[in-house]
Amino acid sequence: MGLLVGCGARVSDGGGTGDAGAACVDTSGTSVKVGFLNSRSGTMAISENTVFNALKLAADQINGAGGVLGKQLTVVAEDGASEPTVFAEKAEKLIRADCVAAVFGGWTSSSRKAMLPVFESNNALLFYPVQYEGLESSKNIFYTGATTNQQIVPALDYLKEKGAKSLFLVGSDYVFPQTANKIIKAYAKANGIEVKGEEYAPLGHTDFSTIVSKVKAADADAVFNTLNGDSNVAFFKEYKNAGLTAEAMPVLSVSIAEEEVGGIGVGNIVGQPVAWNYYQTIDSPQNKKFVADFKNAYGASKVTSDPMEAAYTSLFLWKGMVEKAKSFAVPEIQKAAGGVGFDAPEGTVTVNGDNHHIAKTALIGKIAPDGLIYTDWTSGKPIEPDPYLKSYPWAAGLSG
Amino acid sequence: MEILLSQLFNGLSGGSILLLAALGLALTFGQMGVINMAHGEFIMAGAYTAFVVQGVLGDAGLSLLVSLPTAFVVGGLLGLALEALLLRRMYHRPLDTLLVTFGVSLVLQQLARDVFGTAGVDVAAPGWLSGPVEVLGFTFPKTRLFILVIAVAAVVLLSALLAFTSLGRRIRATVQNRALAESSGISTRRTDRTTFFVGSGLAGVAGVALTLMGSISSNLGTAYIVDAFLVVVVGGIGQIKGAVIAAFVLGVAQSWIEYSTTASIAKVAVLALIVVFLQARPQGIFVVRTRSLV
Repeated sequence: MGLLVGCGARVSDGGGTGDAGAACVDTSGTSVKVGFLNSRSGTMAISENTVFNALKLAADQINGAGGVLGKQLTVVAEDGASEPTVFAEKAEKLIRADCVAAVFGGWTSSSRKAMLPVFESNNALLFYPVQYEGLESSKNIFYTGATTNQQIVPALDYLKEKGAKSLFLVGSDYVFPQTANKIIKAYAKANGIEVKGEEYAPLGHTDFSTIVSKVKAADADAVFNTLNGDSNVAFFKEYKNAGLTAEAMPVLSVSIAEEEVGGIGVGNIVGQPVAWNYYQTIDSPQNKKFVADFKNAYGASKVTSDPMEAAYTSLFLWKGMVEKAKSFAVPEIQKAAGGVGFDAPEGTVTVNGDNHHIAKTALIGKIAPDGLIYTDWTSGKPIEPDPYLKSYPWAAGLSG
Repeated sequence: MEILLSQLFNGLSGGSILLLAALGLALTFGQMGVINMAHGEFIMAGAYTAFVVQGVLGDAGLSLLVSLPTAFVVGGLLGLALEALLLRRMYHRPLDTLLVTFGVSLVLQQLARDVFGTAGVDVAAPGWLSGPVEVLGFTFPKTRLFILVIAVAAVVLLSALLAFTSLGRRIRATVQNRALAESSGISTRRTDRTTFFVGSGLAGVAGVALTLMGSISSNLGTAYIVDAFLVVVVGGIGQIKGAVIAAFVLGVAQSWIEYSTTASIAKVAVLALIVVFLQARPQGIFVVRTRSLV
């Protein structure tokens, strides 16, 4: 009997995809399954555990307020183990075996790239919560973090406004920093900014004496930092010990959020600018509630950061899309997605129906002695996502 | 010229960090032949010791000086426990030792995550170590000079211990010919334990020094363990002076190559040089001559 009901209520494929990607989502009961796919182990666990916590908080709040279309969310959590191949396998499992309505998670670009074909071939949905290098768009992925024109380009506008005439680029040796630096160099060329040097360190690199020597010798007006992970700690300690300061040569970072400041040591990074779309200190009722709820759930010492907020927001955006579509079926959601908005902790965000990114406000913040980040500059209004930088003449040829 | 000198200093400094990480290993792997994959986690334990000591004492300068001996004891006791509980059952079974100590290293990493959390922690450097110092127009970061001093002091103390004390004589005798040492009345069991204590204690000291340079998190040890083994292998098993020379040569090579190329290429080039060197001289820079038949 139960089996019959289950089959009868299966969401139809909706056609159009052609292959066997038959969604098996069971919406017959009082609940619907969603998948959370984050690295709970391995090197990325440090960051992705916080995203998982934010997603969990959003699910609890949605369930507390009556669920989505009257159905409670049942979370199926899987561990991506910091391995792209594991992400792909687990995504397949969540879609085909667990029959979840949507998957939320991923952090590194390599994990997203590994999952992309899985979601496309099954015509399923992934909500990806981290800022990334752009130049991508899929009808099966919603990108709720910033693309380059909502983070890197505003950061460059900020440095230009502050009078920077030359830059030094420091990054980790992988796809995000290299793509970001291509964009930065194109922007610099068009705006008469000289790039005095470009250095990459292998992921996990711990000795920055030589790179800092090069930075010091080049004597640029500012440093643009796309280093990732523990390397930031070694870099900023070396930077300070070499006698360089935020006043003389600011280091603008795009991968350092509230979570990372403690490990680097506030004293080593105070006064340095960072570029994101959300800070814990944003003064709005939505954010105050988010921060209070988060601390309430996970401890008063916990901080909230941009990827966590983007993950939290992603679940509410999916809820908005489902309610607009009045259906959990992927094709219906894809049709309904454009224009869905949410009063997020970062401010109002709106889904772009064409490229599946979201319009969000860019904020440049400065790290304060209390370890939190305070907004120093804002784009004023949400920036329309432009992952291929098509609306920027200087970027012609980048997306090739 | 200026670049050449400042890169020489960067290289010596990098070498001194490698040396600190590898010195304990030169004793436990080099002298005793134990492949201890958990050596990196003893370094991590030293770093977390510095964090705890600073949490208790507050003052950055005092806590750094207190941390150094405390971390030596913490690292040493961890080593002693590992030796007494596991390793002594598997001398002469190097493959099993490797697997067991690798397991121990994973356990210690998880333990660190459970106790101190997954995010990195910070140990503040004392004021008198912050910023650079100027010598003859060149600027050197004070923390790097401090680490250089600790590394040199550790080498001098360890060499003196091996050369002039009865413990040192027992260690050398045991390394050169275990059976003969035993038959002349040396308790090789006790010597093994003491050697392991000292070697692991040095890892703890290295951990404290590393808090001045980089991130303090559960995977601190994994960043250094491979380099530490490389230093010992290149230096020649069973020799402290080999490790010293190897560490400084590798450090300087890395920093000079890195200056004219990139960090990634320098890493590859240094590893390639090591491969070529070990092809030509598999026993490393120095080799212990014994009359032992094995």
